[in-house]
Amino acid sequence: MSNSSTLVSVENLRFLRGNRVIYDDINLTIEKGKITAIMGPSGIGKTTLMKLIGGQLKPDSGDIRYAGDSIPQMSRRELYKTRKKMSMLFQSGALFTDISVFDNVAFALREHTKLDEDIIRTLVYLKLEAVGLRGAADLMPSELSGGMARRAALARAIALDPELIMYDEPFAGQDPISMGVLVKLIKALSSALDLTSIVVTHDVSEVLDIADYVYILANQKIIGEGTPSQIKASDSELVQQFLLGEADGPVPFHFPADDLFNTLLGTAQQGVKK
Amino acid sequence: MNYLQSIGYNTLNALTGFGRALLMLVGAIIAVPQRKNIRLTVHQIYVVGVQSLLIIMVSGLFIGMVMALQGYTILVNYGAEGSLGPMVALSLLRELGPVVTALLFAGRAGSALTAEIGLMKATEQLSSLEMMAVDPLRRIIAPRFWAGVIAMPMLALIFSAIGILGGHLVGVDWLGVDAGSYWSIMQATVEWDKDVVNGIIKSFVFAVVVTWIAIFKGYDAIPTSEGISQATTQTVVYSSLAVLGLDFVLTALMFGIN
Repeated sequence: MSNSSTLVSVENLRFLRGNRVIYDDINLTIEKGKITAIMGPSGIGKTTLMKLIGGQLKPDSGDIRYAGDSIPQMSRRELYKTRKKMSMLFQSGALFTDISVFDNVAFALREHTKLDEDIIRTLVYLKLEAVGLRGAADLMPSELSGGMARRAALARAIALDPELIMYDEPFAGQDPISMGVLVKLIKALSSALDLTSIVVTHDVSEVLDIADYVYILANQKIIGEGTPSQIKASDSELVQQFLLGEADGPVPFHFPADDLFNTLLGTAQQGVKK
Repeated sequence: MNYLQSIGYNTLNALTGFGRALLMLVGAIIAVPQRKNIRLTVHQIYVVGVQSLLIIMVSGLFIGMVMALQGYTILVNYGAEGSLGPMVALSLLRELGPVVTALLFAGRAGSALTAEIGLMKATEQLSSLEMMAVDPLRRIIAPRFWAGVIAMPMLALIFSAIGILGGHLVGVDWLGVDAGSYWSIMQATVEWDKDVVNGIIKSFVFAVVVTWIAIFKGYDAIPTSEGISQATTQTVVYSSLAVLGLDFVLTALMFGIN
């Protein structure tokens, strides 16, 4: 399934949270140097997929391979070694709130390298310059706006020049200007640093502009995949419902519930009490 | 049947919780000490220890003063007010110093540790450390654990020392007990290994338990505002109960059986 241009491959992945099936036998591949978008409705486990790729969760069955090596079967030491080659931009930014923006970006460099403080300083300022926050180096995370915090987190994520970067909902809650900045940065960093990027999002128009390949997840499966133009032309009702943002369709408006008639007449309530 | 089920469910939950707490403690204890970690531990000693000094010193002073006042009113009836010094010193070194310090530490530093670690979890800082290939047990948990274990016995000694001075202030300076007898009988009565060292051992045990509970409750907290609030409360309640229960056991072992 995987070849030399594949960096990450997810093979027959099945994952359950308690008794709830999140993924049922899904397969996908992430190509080197490309931006792959993973889209889907809220709550279907897009972030979970990134945690599975990062080895923070283990699948119930199936495999996840990074450069050919099975992530679930790695020892802790091997996993940490692999994680130095990958990075993740969390939805909240997840900056360390007790240290400055500069120290946040320097954090991984200080932890994993023995570089002189002068060189670290230069590298940190270069990363901050790339995201347009060199002037905010001395600010504390609490002094940053939401968009700036995400950019600072992005600078931290690229500090060790990773091969793979995973973006978790990078555009969520951003104003149009911040969103535009982030879209531009993801595209620019990807091509300038030859990064492989996975963008998990449900902001359709933004991500279709920059993605090389798109997967759409729903109902525990991959319901559509292809290049942005193939996705836009898809005849799947599910894919179209997602792309057009329709309230009801194959993904129902209503959360599964007992019959309305029973609920209103209290039958369901009595059933619960029993 | 439901009752039996809930007993079984809660027992299993408690046992798995204890297992997780034990694994975390082992992870924190065996974390390889590095120079960076020593710096972090020193910083944490400042946060949990030095910043707790004021409440410890003020409490110690007042408790010493109250003890001297209460002790004097009883001892003076028997003409034994000269024994006020050892009474204050022994009560503080054996019991009140370690116990009250642990209770205050749980309320002041323990709850702060739980809230801090719980919030780090809720804001994905612990996850981001994991993804940066930095072990949160080594980077976050271990320095806080060792800081608590180092700081609390020192705080307990300071508490007892200030308490003895508080006792002197009331007993000698205010109520007129002879200063010579206050200090000399204390010196003759208090034994280094039996009283001081046992007090330090007690304090060390309380430090391990209180800090362990505090960091585990934060690490295991449900990452929501309600979850963190619950975890913080549990830290103070469980720590206080554990300290009081363990104090009885340790006192029985150290002083109760000849």
